[in-house]
Amino acid sequence: MDTKRELVDLLLEDAREDTETMARQLGRSQAEVEEMLDELEAEGSIVGYQAVVDWSKVDEDHVTAEVELNLELDRDTTYAQVARRITKFDEVTALHLVSGDYDFDVTVEAESMRAVSMFVSEQIAPIPEVTQTVTHFVMKTYKNRGLELTDRDDDDRLSVSP
Amino acid sequence: MKLSDRAASTPPSGIRRFFELAEEMDDVISLGVGEPDFSAPWKARAAAIHSLERGRTSYTTNRGMYDLRAAISEHVTRYDLDYGPDEEILVTTGASEAVDLALRAVVDPGDTVAIQSPAYISYGPGVRFSGGDPLPVSTRAENDFVLTYDDLERAGAADAEALMICYPNNPTGATATADELAEIATFAREHDLTVLSDEIYAALTYEGEHTSIATLPDMRERTVVFNGFSKAYAMTGLRLGYALGPAEAIDAMNRIHQYTMLSAPTTAQYAALEALRSCDDDVADMRNQYDRRRRFVISRFRDMGLDCFEATGAFYAFPEAPYDDEQFAEDLLHDQGVALVPGRVFGEEGHGHLRVSYATGMTALKEALNRIEAFLDAR
Repeated sequence: MDTKRELVDLLLEDAREDTETMARQLGRSQAEVEEMLDELEAEGSIVGYQAVVDWSKVDEDHVTAEVELNLELDRDTTYAQVARRITKFDEVTALHLVSGDYDFDVTVEAESMRAVSMFVSEQIAPIPEVTQTVTHFVMKTYKNRGLELTDRDDDDRLSVSP
Repeated sequence: MKLSDRAASTPPSGIRRFFELAEEMDDVISLGVGEPDFSAPWKARAAAIHSLERGRTSYTTNRGMYDLRAAISEHVTRYDLDYGPDEEILVTTGASEAVDLALRAVVDPGDTVAIQSPAYISYGPGVRFSGGDPLPVSTRAENDFVLTYDDLERAGAADAEALMICYPNNPTGATATADELAEIATFAREHDLTVLSDEIYAALTYEGEHTSIATLPDMRERTVVFNGFSKAYAMTGLRLGYALGPAEAIDAMNRIHQYTMLSAPTTAQYAALEALRSCDDDVADMRNQYDRRRRFVISRFRDMGLDCFEATGAFYAFPEAPYDDEQFAEDLLHDQGVALVPGRVFGEEGHGHLRVSYATGMTALKEALNRIEAFLDAR
């Protein structure tokens, strides 16, 4: 595996890891790792570093919804143009063009179910190309970005073993 | 109650004492654990669950489920090993049972079994349980703990009946190249030794490819290879291993196995079958993580001024202790709450070293090494 890819793996595991520790793990110098990080950021391969949050423990009112959107495009409008418009809203935390029965899968986050409903009905539904919206409220999150949010295993190994 | 001389004369393992010391304390970070910190791949666990749901709780054939033996036969071709599922593979209750069966199958009372040292703690007692006499053969740090022809000659291994080796090695983390194994093979052929080769850490080889001594010229017929699912697939508690060898050796081992274990745990066999079929990516991911931790641990020890050779397999570093290894391990445990295993536990030749397992997450590993550094700085 090339070192840059390994560095990405390390960041996916823990983006807060210090560069000295990562350098030791990769068998490179700290300066080399910092240079690789700069390159990954400059080329847009790494676009940010965020926490994975279990919202049920931080803010009980926080609501996530997955919204299906159907679109009807005219000859002058593209998916990218509509997507650009939707991504600008702070409430939209993810947007994917998907195959299947609908076109866009939009993740909407807000501080209440009413806020999500109002956002979808007042900001998304009126977009001229949007023909239908179906909102699925997330009831509970069990896994997010590769991390299990429940039933985390404790280390129950013996303290010393062969 | 009268106990047999064999049982009464077997001392408790040196690991046991450190386990008890560590258990008495709170806030211990243990680098003394010889097992993965990962759980078995979920697909393998799911297969075990499904087998139970379907009520597959009967014995299997003594040698193990045929499908599993066939999958093992296919799996080991990646190490250029060629063993047929019908007569040359035996599924056992952990690789430890395979080692025990092989010793009982090849050792007669009074036979000498040469064992590279330092070594996994069970080999010596295993030889004694089979009625034989263990002969430790020192490996040396300057040879990266790889056994040489000279080591064997110097120790008097020419008179032994069998030779036990383990690469990648517990406790040193050493691996052996094909050329290095060729020296050992030459000695074995010249002195007609049976070779018992524990390759349980084969999948955890970080530099180069794992080579089995059984693939060297004329070695297949005098070698029994042990492997299993504990280390590579993080399945220690499922207790599943296997032996590969010539049909007559496997048949002899199976005759003992059928009167003792009867068959390996059925549930574990289903998990193992699924592990071989679909968990290569999980193994690769765990290996990559161990490899990164390995580099981290070795470089930290070297920066602390502790001499540490480049361990290239298993999940152990084997640095030199700054003073008496047992005293150091005990002092460190009491002062900083970090558990390591003194090298002498693995034989006299381990004196002066420490076994440090990096089968522990990076957060704990970093904290443990910071504590070791603080301990050294305060001296």
